[in-house]
Amino acid sequence: MKVHVDMNLCQSHGECVLVAPDVFDLGDDDVLVWQEDVPDDRRADMEAAVNACPMLAISIEE
Amino acid sequence: MRLVVVGASLAGLRAAQAARAAGFEGKLTVVGDESHLPYTRPPLSKELLCGVQTPEQCALPHGSLDVQWRLGAAATGLDRAAHQVLLADGERIGYDRLVIATGCRARTWPGPELEGVVTLRDLDDALALRASLTSGARLLIVGAGFIGCEVAASARKRDVEVTVVDIAGQPMLPLGAELGARCARLHEEHGVDLRLGTGVSRLDLPQVELTDGTKLEADVVLMALGAIPNTEWLRDSGLELNPGVVCDATLTTTADPDVLAAGDLVSWPHPLARGELVRVEHWTVAAEHGQLAGRNALLARAERMPHDPPPYFWSDQYDVKIQAVGFPTAAERLEILELSPDGDRLVAVGAQDGQLVGVIAFNAAKRLAWYRRQLAGGPARMDQIRELVTADAGALGPPPVEVAG
Repeated sequence: MKVHVDMNLCQSHGECVLVAPDVFDLGDDDVLVWQEDVPDDRRADMEAAVNACPMLAISIEE
Repeated sequence: MRLVVVGASLAGLRAAQAARAAGFEGKLTVVGDESHLPYTRPPLSKELLCGVQTPEQCALPHGSLDVQWRLGAAATGLDRAAHQVLLADGERIGYDRLVIATGCRARTWPGPELEGVVTLRDLDDALALRASLTSGARLLIVGAGFIGCEVAASARKRDVEVTVVDIAGQPMLPLGAELGARCARLHEEHGVDLRLGTGVSRLDLPQVELTDGTKLEADVVLMALGAIPNTEWLRDSGLELNPGVVCDATLTTTADPDVLAAGDLVSWPHPLARGELVRVEHWTVAAEHGQLAGRNALLARAERMPHDPPPYFWSDQYDVKIQAVGFPTAAERLEILELSPDGDRLVAVGAQDGQLVGVIAFNAAKRLAWYRRQLAGGPARMDQIRELVTADAGALGPPPVEVAG
């Protein structure tokens, strides 16, 4: 699946980094970096990241 | 089994989603007193008020969630013996397990309702306030806490004249004196007339009189006086109220294992607060609570999990992102441990008996996330944290050493 983050909305709260630190990370400039292609067996984690984001910035594309 | 969630905001929605995600296939009803489907509230004082976000963008996605919504229906009572929730229209909804998530409401100005004197809690409040904040309008904000300060920043972006009054000697009380003074400077630099150590003695719009005798004029007054848990409907339920809903660590009410609670109104024992009861009004706690309560509600009491992550919260004011984790107000004192060379980014830490209990960051999201991980692993000794930070090349830098004399 593809993980999309709307960087106009992201405010670097880091909730997704707590949920899946191997997929999401904050750079030294506090800007989010993430891996766009995520194996399908991580769906539950990615859905948790979507729900954890206070800015509703994360979405999953099939 | 029938699961009923009372409260259709973030905590209630997350409870419903978590129950379905855990495989619950029974009847699921979500009751809400507002007519809106669940939406997220943080933008109401910020992005929505500034006009950069629409109400549609505040909607919380809930996809194909199989839920019976009972919106525009206020709960007025709980009959635990009959396992029924009572609604204002007389309907009774039966449950086997219940999650209470009716949140808080804004504390209002004592006395009769006055035209032009408003509070900010829900979407309709925010849209009404936004409509009154036209360029050149005069806004008085009573209360320099999170909502008051965020609205002040948003209103200045709309070129509104803003006065903020608070009886405290600093804005943002939970941040402590030093960071509070930084916030005060920030607002003053952006043209806010900040009047601290004073209250409002008389309101007769547009005339306003302060307790120090100052007279000023305002078109709109926002009362930003904090929030009160919506638990009056539970008064005769036999549940323990303080006035929050008292729960154990698993968010199960102390009086009834079939009744759980989630979000702003929960009073529960937190390990980072030494097991004392806390009540926390933050977005992430409501989300975490909802998720946990929705799952726990399906389980037998002995199988339920506790809620123990350190609470996280944030506030955006102008170009400063304030983030905090844990219980900074429980600290004996707050100390700036990291400061960037330009002085604009910092981390302050608070300890209690040598243990880290709270952290506040200004424009330092990655650093805050690091501290959050330290707090998540249980008690962290302050001297260890100090060593780790000193050795960490990613730290912002040490604050200048004060030279005595």
